[in-house]
Amino acid sequence: MNIVKLSVKQLAARPLTTSLNILLLAIGIGTVAVLMLFNAQLQDKLLATGKNVDLVVGAKGSPLQLILATVYHVDVPPGNIPLSEAKRIAQMRFVKNTIPLALGDNLLGHRIVGTTPDYMALYGGKLAEGRMWKVSMEAVLGSNVAKLSRLKLGELFAGSHGLAAGGELHDDNKYQVVGIIAPTGTVLDDLVLTNLQSVWDLHEGEKTTNQLYANGASKPASVEDDEPREVTALLVQYSTPLAVLALPRQINANTNLQAASPALESARLLSIVGFGLDAFRAFAGILIVSAGLSVFVALYTALKERRFDLAVMRMLGSSRLRLCSAVLLEGLLLAVGAAAFGLAAAHGVAEWAGRVQLAHGLPLTGWYWVKDEGWLVLLAVGVGLVASLLPAIQAYRTDIGTVLAER
Amino acid sequence: MFELKQLKHRYRGAQQDIVFPDWSVTQGEHTVLIGPSGSGKTTLLSIVGGMLTPQSGQAIVAGQDVAALSPSALDRFRGQRIGLVPQRMHLVSSLTVAENLQLAQYLAHLPQEAARIHTVLDRLGLAALAQRRPHQLSQGQAQRVAIARAVVNGPSLLLADEPTANLDDEATDAVIDLLEREASAVGATLLIASHDSRVKARFGRHLQLGKARAEAAA
Repeated sequence: MNIVKLSVKQLAARPLTTSLNILLLAIGIGTVAVLMLFNAQLQDKLLATGKNVDLVVGAKGSPLQLILATVYHVDVPPGNIPLSEAKRIAQMRFVKNTIPLALGDNLLGHRIVGTTPDYMALYGGKLAEGRMWKVSMEAVLGSNVAKLSRLKLGELFAGSHGLAAGGELHDDNKYQVVGIIAPTGTVLDDLVLTNLQSVWDLHEGEKTTNQLYANGASKPASVEDDEPREVTALLVQYSTPLAVLALPRQINANTNLQAASPALESARLLSIVGFGLDAFRAFAGILIVSAGLSVFVALYTALKERRFDLAVMRMLGSSRLRLCSAVLLEGLLLAVGAAAFGLAAAHGVAEWAGRVQLAHGLPLTGWYWVKDEGWLVLLAVGVGLVASLLPAIQAYRTDIGTVLAER
Repeated sequence: MFELKQLKHRYRGAQQDIVFPDWSVTQGEHTVLIGPSGSGKTTLLSIVGGMLTPQSGQAIVAGQDVAALSPSALDRFRGQRIGLVPQRMHLVSSLTVAENLQLAQYLAHLPQEAARIHTVLDRLGLAALAQRRPHQLSQGQAQRVAIARAVVNGPSLLLADEPTANLDDEATDAVIDLLEREASAVGATLLIASHDSRVKARFGRHLQLGKARAEAAA
């Protein structure tokens, strides 16, 4: 027998109350933990995706929309920009590198992005099978696209018009799969990549795939064409951090284009989403407080029933302090149990959400730890101790005389 | 042994002192404390049991004046030297019979010896009930467990509060036999508080509280 065993026995003697209290507190803790896990992973994902892009230049409109459309591929772009203008940007001071993007079609809802091989390198993409595109209408699939579409190397597919599934098919001019990218855990996994020329060709209806093959090679993705070519956006990497101050302003003020920073816009997005999270967090806070009250009521009423148990323990030689700590320990054990249960459940939910792809494009996992979870355990312990404080004081004051006086 | 010298106590808010007669009992003697309700039986039991500090006078139990002990020393003294069988058994309901005895060893800061617990339970015919919970016991079994718990630490003084209330003659004799046997087994002084004349008849020495003067004579 020791004090821990004694407290455990006392809790075990009231299985229903004990498990209900643990459940109640665990729901509160678990809710906060799930929010933390989702939020942290969302933040990680947003930052990782936007990390290598310093600036996005596109058509005038909402900067957040531009970033969402061209970096995260979840919104429609505000419009296109002339290739000639994009080329001028590439020549500007402070610009180290630019990657053009041309959007417009999709395969089963996965965007077909006309770009350069640099775009794949930006997210560390490596080919798992096949080769890079060489000519127009050759496509490289992201790992998720390959898995979901079940397309194999050499197979043909038609892009459908628009950025969401269900648009008009470009039946007359099909893409051929020439490569599949290994999983990267980035936005790349959900995209189909091709060269700019493919997108232009499709929308100008110049050639068919067959003709291209007949020629042996396509004309290069020439930007010297006479026709007014367009791209959707230009991803820009700075040559120096100083560019942060000068370049966006210069573009926004002196051209018909819009420059938006992924870092700035994703921070803005998080603060908008964060407002909703705060409301959830407050709600979970209320759950935790009410769970604390329930623990208090349970210990308090249990102690009333155990008045004689406590008096007998005093009679058997227990000091007041020992009784007091036994009750505090009961509250503590409840709290630690609830914290363990709540956190385990939260990680379980996160893992489940990842497995069923609850949040599209956000690969959630339960094997992810947030530093704040430690604080959550401390919070639970605090709630347990506060809830058992009054009952503990009551135990401390136990009147030993009741053992004899009660007739 | 225990000895009462000019012992007085007044409860907070009470009108007058309860005055106890001087009395001395040698170690191992078996005695009974007689008196009507309100005569101070419970108070005296609480004082010699180390549960209540008297206002004045001395209560010397096992060579120790319990009135002079610090609260923590008194806790330890009570756990190791006093065995009390309350009228209501007050077994800890979340623990088994054996664990109730183990609890007594633990709370008294004594080594927890399973062998000792087994010996005591065996002697009281409770060995088969060691793993039962208090609510699974009959009244008589619960009383024997309470006696086992009181003697498991080998006390100097064994106290029993109204052990024969609501018992028939046969059961009364059995319980008194048991208490005497257990007190003798551990060499404890036995003091039974009772208003039962059947109990008084069994003991040579008794202390009468209340209306009559103390009689210390046999």
